[in-house]
Amino acid sequence: MTVTLFIPCFVDALFPRAGINMVEILERLGHKVVCPEEIVCCGQPPFNSGYWDEARTVAVKVLEQLKDAEVIVIGSGSCGAMLKNFYPELFKDTRQLQLAKQISSRTWEFSEFLVKKLGVTELGAKFPHKVTFHDGCHGLRELGIKKSPRELLSKVAGLELIEMSDAETCCGFGGTFAAKFPMISTAMGEVKCASAAETGAEYIVSGDSSCLMHIQGLLSRQGKPTKTISLAEVLNTK
Amino acid sequence: MSFVSQFKTRATEKSGDLRHRQVIRTALRGYEIVRDKRKAAFQSWESARQAAAETKWEAINHLDTHLEALVAKLEARGTKVHWASNGEQAREIIAAILRDKKARCIIKSKAMTSEEIHLNHALEKEGFTVVESDLGEFIVQLRHEPPYHIVFPSMHLTRGEIKDLFQKELGDAPSDSPEELTMVARRVMRQKYITADVGFTGANFAIAETGMISITENEGNARLTAALPKTMITLLGIEKILPRFADLALFLPMLATAGAGQPMTCYNTMYSGPRQPGECDGPEEWHVVLLDNRRTELLADAEQRDALHCIRCGACLNVCPIFRNVGGHTYGTTYSGPVGSVITPHLRGLQEWKHLSNASSLCGACTEACPLKIDLHHHLLQNRRNASASEPAFFERLAYQIFGIVANEPAFWSLAKKIGWLTQPLQRAVKGSAFDPAKAWTKTRDLPPQPRESFKDWWRNRK
Amino acid sequence: MRRLNLKNNWLETPYVVSYIFKMSERENILGRIREALKVAAPLPGSHGDTSVHTSAEPPTSHAREWLPSVGASVEEQFALFAKNAADLKADFQLFASREELKAALLKLRDAEKWSRIASHDGELTDFACKALGLPVTITDHGYDVQEMEKCDAGITECDALIAQTGGVVVTNRSAGGRALSVLPPHHVVIARREQLVADLPAAFAFLQQKYAPDYPSMISFITGPSRTGDIERILVLGAHGPKKLTVLCF
Repeated sequence: MTVTLFIPCFVDALFPRAGINMVEILERLGHKVVCPEEIVCCGQPPFNSGYWDEARTVAVKVLEQLKDAEVIVIGSGSCGAMLKNFYPELFKDTRQLQLAKQISSRTWEFSEFLVKKLGVTELGAKFPHKVTFHDGCHGLRELGIKKSPRELLSKVAGLELIEMSDAETCCGFGGTFAAKFPMISTAMGEVKCASAAETGAEYIVSGDSSCLMHIQGLLSRQGKPTKTISLAEVLNTK
Repeated sequence: MSFVSQFKTRATEKSGDLRHRQVIRTALRGYEIVRDKRKAAFQSWESARQAAAETKWEAINHLDTHLEALVAKLEARGTKVHWASNGEQAREIIAAILRDKKARCIIKSKAMTSEEIHLNHALEKEGFTVVESDLGEFIVQLRHEPPYHIVFPSMHLTRGEIKDLFQKELGDAPSDSPEELTMVARRVMRQKYITADVGFTGANFAIAETGMISITENEGNARLTAALPKTMITLLGIEKILPRFADLALFLPMLATAGAGQPMTCYNTMYSGPRQPGECDGPEEWHVVLLDNRRTELLADAEQRDALHCIRCGACLNVCPIFRNVGGHTYGTTYSGPVGSVITPHLRGLQEWKHLSNASSLCGACTEACPLKIDLHHHLLQNRRNASASEPAFFERLAYQIFGIVANEPAFWSLAKKIGWLTQPLQRAVKGSAFDPAKAWTKTRDLPPQPRESFKDWWRNRK
Repeated sequence: MRRLNLKNNWLETPYVVSYIFKMSERENILGRIREALKVAAPLPGSHGDTSVHTSAEPPTSHAREWLPSVGASVEEQFALFAKNAADLKADFQLFASREELKAALLKLRDAEKWSRIASHDGELTDFACKALGLPVTITDHGYDVQEMEKCDAGITECDALIAQTGGVVVTNRSAGGRALSVLPPHHVVIARREQLVADLPAAFAFLQQKYAPDYPSMISFITGPSRTGDIERILVLGAHGPKKLTVLCF
């Protein structure tokens, strides 16, 4: 099928490898991948701050760009939740509501798309390291993603997954929250890093690069050896 | 200092307090283990949540009918019912009863509603002696601080701190063993129950069908407060209504499970009147004070009306990473944690208290934990929307308008990325200093390096 | 209205004025409620669809199917009660006969060194008090609280034992008033095995059937001895209520 891949703004600018890996995985599985160049952002930052008019300005463009997509895959739980769950809310009582609902129904987060839509878990990946998985909150609680990433990781050769006690606890990024309440954000990140460290894992894996950005920022500043890596990169490593 | 400045100052201080972080983490770890065990014992916790949510929906969406039924039944058995639109009226009603009874000492069992209306302070100013009988409330009363948590008022204190407190304030602290310290409180309280003029309680539920007030507790202090003094006063918010007596069969174990990881709290007691003819004890007079205090405003917000379904179990506080890191006192409100952050803007003013709804990563753990399925984290978002719609912050709105232009024009976005790449060495130079625009981030975290080639560059180059 | 200095004493204030004061606040609040409820709020789980209506049956009527399971037979239920009581640190003993119960009661009296007890009139409590042969403070026709405070134990009957929770239901009618089951440091319940009910829904149904519409002014579900976790979440028994709860059943 033709997969329209939605690359979040921060992935585009800061973590392009996460996106590149997704493209390569999907193409290797035999699908045509399309990345609309006109789409920059899903509009979550103004949305989360309560500026819904400004969010709509951006979201309307996204809807326009995606309206003919056969299926939409997003490489982020938080952007995925924005399109799937929040666009219908954002466009309530507007003439774009139907379109928003349709697009929502065609949208998948990357790991869910592989496992639930394509029925694929084995990607021939090899990553012989100890890892722990961080469940991004939007993916976990808005989109119900828990099993799919773990099923994918279980098929990666040599990979040992150790769950951290705070896997489901928010890392503290929260978008603008990280800048508006930096000390609380940092404290939450420290709790996450400590929990990961307890597992002895070399890598913290997540489907959300935004969370990883915050976690890695803390780890680097503290000079800790633990590394962060996107799920897509692990799944594309031979 | 404004409320938001106070919040930020306290939040910053507490977030960095590693000792506080550890005390709270340890306290809650114990709770988590038993809570999960008790939830698993339910044949279907999820079905129970749905039924509880529908029951409270019925209660709140027919609140007038149920309140009238409750009051009619209470009054029929001799209870005096009072209606208070706000805290001031409630305080005056209560003070008037105390004056009328020529009371000197009032013994209280735990009531967050009484915290909400700052009752103790008002009564003490008038010269009444107010004794908090619940151990946790007794402890924070001695420390002259508000409760730290709506269910566990002294959760933030270690046994050593409580020992020192008792030594200082009571001159009686044999050791720091929780058992001995509890016995000190028991001894202090004993004669106070027997000699207090007035007993004061809160309420957990109000049953419309049978005209009863239901009180949940572990210690037995509320039962004694409702048994011995000649006059009893109960204060409750109007939202405490449950339609039917049999509803308690589900609500009591759910409250215990979510609130404390117990199968049932030790004493769940339903009162339907003052001492009736033929009964051998109990208060001769019972006054029930129904409190609005802007709950009707929250009721009028149909989108957030379910926030009134809250049974004050505290489960959302316990799972909230913000609460766990900043602690209950940081909020500066009676109701803290997620539910407090949702309702305080309604009960005390949106613009003055919107910061509580802003101080959240919207992780959703609260909504997941809530036994009533209240859509807490979405209500935080709705509060943000309402706040910025009625009073947009000029610069923030401008920033998002600019953002909108950049996001809708790929050429601007490319330019923005280019500028980011080119100014990276500059960013590194000012990192953490007063000139750093990303200071909020870089104070404690490194920024990720921006690669030269963005995803869109790579995508374009492949073609 | 405060400036009128109205007192809430119906004997002193002109009744009409006090009544109007009371009624107007009541009407204010009810009026605000009715106004607020003009806009419907969606049912939980209906995803914003306000046309979905509740069913006629109360939502909690299937609570039995969701609460923790209890066994089907009386034996299983007694076993569950025993297990739950033990978890609560309540002392539960089941006897084959009244005589065995009596023997256990005397043993308890001697072990605990009771010198004075409090109780109420009742078939089972009369039997228990007679067996114990100690000075008794009887509550039914009024009592001196200071005298009750000197008692070592409070002996009461109950309305029901609940297998699902390991708890006891008392009312001020079945258990000698409000204070008897909570003031003395040791609460002893004498029960018949027929009084066991399976679960909380059964307990509430039983109470409604037994007492409605003339309920005792106090109904209490007692689940274990008094306790607190307010200090470092460490469980301590006997916070204000009884430190010990003993249930003797035959």
